Amino acid sequence: MEEQKKDVLILAIETSCDETAAAVVKNGREVLSNTIYTQIKLHTMFGGVVPEIASRKHIEKINIVIETALKEADVTLEDIDAIAVTYGPGLVGALLVGVAEAKALAYAAKKPLVGVHHIEGHISANYIEHKELEPPFLCMVASGGHSHLVLVKGYGEYEIIGRTRDDAAGEAFDKVARAIGLGYPGGPKIDKLAKEGNKKAIAFPRAKITDAPDDFSFSGLKSAVLNYLNQCQMKGEEVNRADVAASFQQSVTDVLTEHTVGAAKRLGINKVAIAGGVASNSSLRAQMEEACRKNGIEFYHPSPIFCTDNAAMIGVAGYYEYIKGIRDGWDLNAKPNLKIGER
Amino acid sequence: MKLLALDSSGLVASVAILDGETLVAEYTLNYKKTHSQTLLPMLDEIVKMTQTELSEMDAIAVAAGPGSFTGLRIGSATAKGLGLALNKPIISVPTLEGIACNFYGTDAIICPMMDARRQQVYTGIYHFAGGTEFEELVAQEAGPVEDIIKKCNELGQKLGKPVIFLGDGVPVYKDIIEELCNVEHSYAPAHLSRQRAGAVAIRAMKLYEEGKAEPASDHAPIYLRKSQAERELEAKGKKLEE
Repeated sequence: MEEQKKDVLILAIETSCDETAAAVVKNGREVLSNTIYTQIKLHTMFGGVVPEIASRKHIEKINIVIETALKEADVTLEDIDAIAVTYGPGLVGALLVGVAEAKALAYAAKKPLVGVHHIEGHISANYIEHKELEPPFLCMVASGGHSHLVLVKGYGEYEIIGRTRDDAAGEAFDKVARAIGLGYPGGPKIDKLAKEGNKKAIAFPRAKITDAPDDFSFSGLKSAVLNYLNQCQMKGEEVNRADVAASFQQSVTDVLTEHTVGAAKRLGINKVAIAGGVASNSSLRAQMEEACRKNGIEFYHPSPIFCTDNAAMIGVAGYYEYIKGIRDGWDLNAKPNLKIGER
Repeated sequence: MKLLALDSSGLVASVAILDGETLVAEYTLNYKKTHSQTLLPMLDEIVKMTQTELSEMDAIAVAAGPGSFTGLRIGSATAKGLGLALNKPIISVPTLEGIACNFYGTDAIICPMMDARRQQVYTGIYHFAGGTEFEELVAQEAGPVEDIIKKCNELGQKLGKPVIFLGDGVPVYKDIIEELCNVEHSYAPAHLSRQRAGAVAIRAMKLYEEGKAEPASDHAPIYLRKSQAERELEAKGKKLEE
C-alpha cells in the first residue's frame, strides 16, 4: 500500500516594505490564509513609504497578523512544517522586524527556517492560481522597487534576462501620479484615470537600450512627462490629466509587453507570467494577454491580491526552497540588496 | 520564577536566563557585528549550555527602549516571536532602568546615559532606597547632557550622595561631565558600564511582581522620540493618522 504523502504547511512572514503580512500555504499551491495589514494610509500622508514609520508599524502589528493567519487557516504553530520569511531585498529596518520575529518563532517552536527572496516570492505568486504552471517560464516582475525580466528555469532556479537601468516601472507610476496630483500609491490611481483618457493623445518615448534589448529604462519617460507638464504650464495650456495618464501608461505597457514577448520568442519559451504590483495594471494585463495569444504563448498572471506585497507568495517560494532542503541558521540577517538567484 | 532576558538597545547584545535568585547564564557581546546576526545564536548558546527548556520560562524580558531604533526592534521582535511561540508574556523593561540595576543596592545616585546623537543623551537618575528599593529620581528621557548633569548636581547636594555615571554616553560626553559636574562622582568600571541582560532580568522580576507583564502581541518598543518624518509633519501642524 502506498504511503500517504504528508501535507507540508508553511507559515510565511513578509515585512519588506509597508505591508505587514503573514500566510499559511499548503503544499506550495494552496493558500489557507493570507493576512495583510496595510499601512498605505499612513504613508499616503508623506507621498511615499517612510522607512522608520513602516518599521514601527511592523513591530506593533506583527504578532496579531501572524496569529490571525494561523487562526484563519485553522491551524496551530505545532501543525506548521517550516517558517519562511522575506529577508531581502527591501527596506532594511522593515525586513529586520520580520526576520527577527520569524527566527525567534522558528527557534522557540523548533521549526526549520527558510529565508525567501522577495522577488522570487512575487514570481511564485503565479503558482497559486495556476496549478498547471510549472517551470520553465519567463516572468516579467514590475513593482515600485523592481523591474526584472526573469527566466524561471526550475523551482527556485532563476536567471535575470533583463532589468531596468534606472527607475522601476512602479516608481515611474508613482512619480507621474504625484506630478499630475494623483498622490500615492500611483499605480492604481493612474490605471483608473487612464480609462477616461486617450492613450494616443501624447507621444511619450519608448526607450530601447542599444546593446541590451531586454533591459528597460523608465527615467526618460518620466522626464518626458514632467517636461510635457512644464511646457503646458508655460504655454498656459490646460493639462488633460486623463490623457497624460493614459498615454504614459500606454508607453510603459508597450515597453514591458514588447520586451517580454520579444525575449520569450527569442528564447523559445512558450509560457509568460507577470508579477509584482504593476502586474495588477489592467492595461498591462490586457495587452500582454493579447500579445501572448497572437504569438502562441500561454499567459499567466496572479489576482491583484497576490500581486501586491503579501506573505502567501513567500509561503509558495518558501515551500519549494524547503522541499529542496534549504534551511537558514539563527544568524539569518536582512539583506536589503539581495540579488535574484542568490542566497 | 524563570525569566529570559534580552538587551539589544545599544552597541551591546546581551542575553540572560534568571531562575529565581540564580543568574543561570549571561552572555554579553560588545562587538560591531549586527544584533540580527548575534542575538539569537547567543540565546541558543546559553539555552544549550544550560539545558534550558524554553517552555519552562514564565516570561520574556526585553530592554524596550530607548536606544537605537533598529536595535530595539530586533530585541522586541525576538521577544515577540518567542512570546508568541511559547505563549508567554513580555516584560518591557525601560532600558535606563535596566542599566541602573548594574549598581543594584549601591548607596549612590546612579546616572546611566546612552549616546542619543544630535547632541543628546537618553538618560535617567536612579537610587536604591534603603539599599534595595529601586527608586526613580528622574524618569528616562532624551535631552542635552548638560541638563542631566545639572540634575545630578542638585540631587547630589540634596541627598549628600556621590553620583556614578555609566553607559555608552559617558565616553562621548566625559569632557562635559568633568566640566559641569560639581559633586562627588565616579565612572563605572568596564564590567558594569554597559547594558547587561542580567540586570534587565533583575528589573523585570520586580516589574513582573508589580503586574507589569503584557501579552506579547501588545508589546512595542519605547522610542522616546518620534520619527523624523513625523516631527516634520507635526512642524507643519499635521498629525499622523491611520
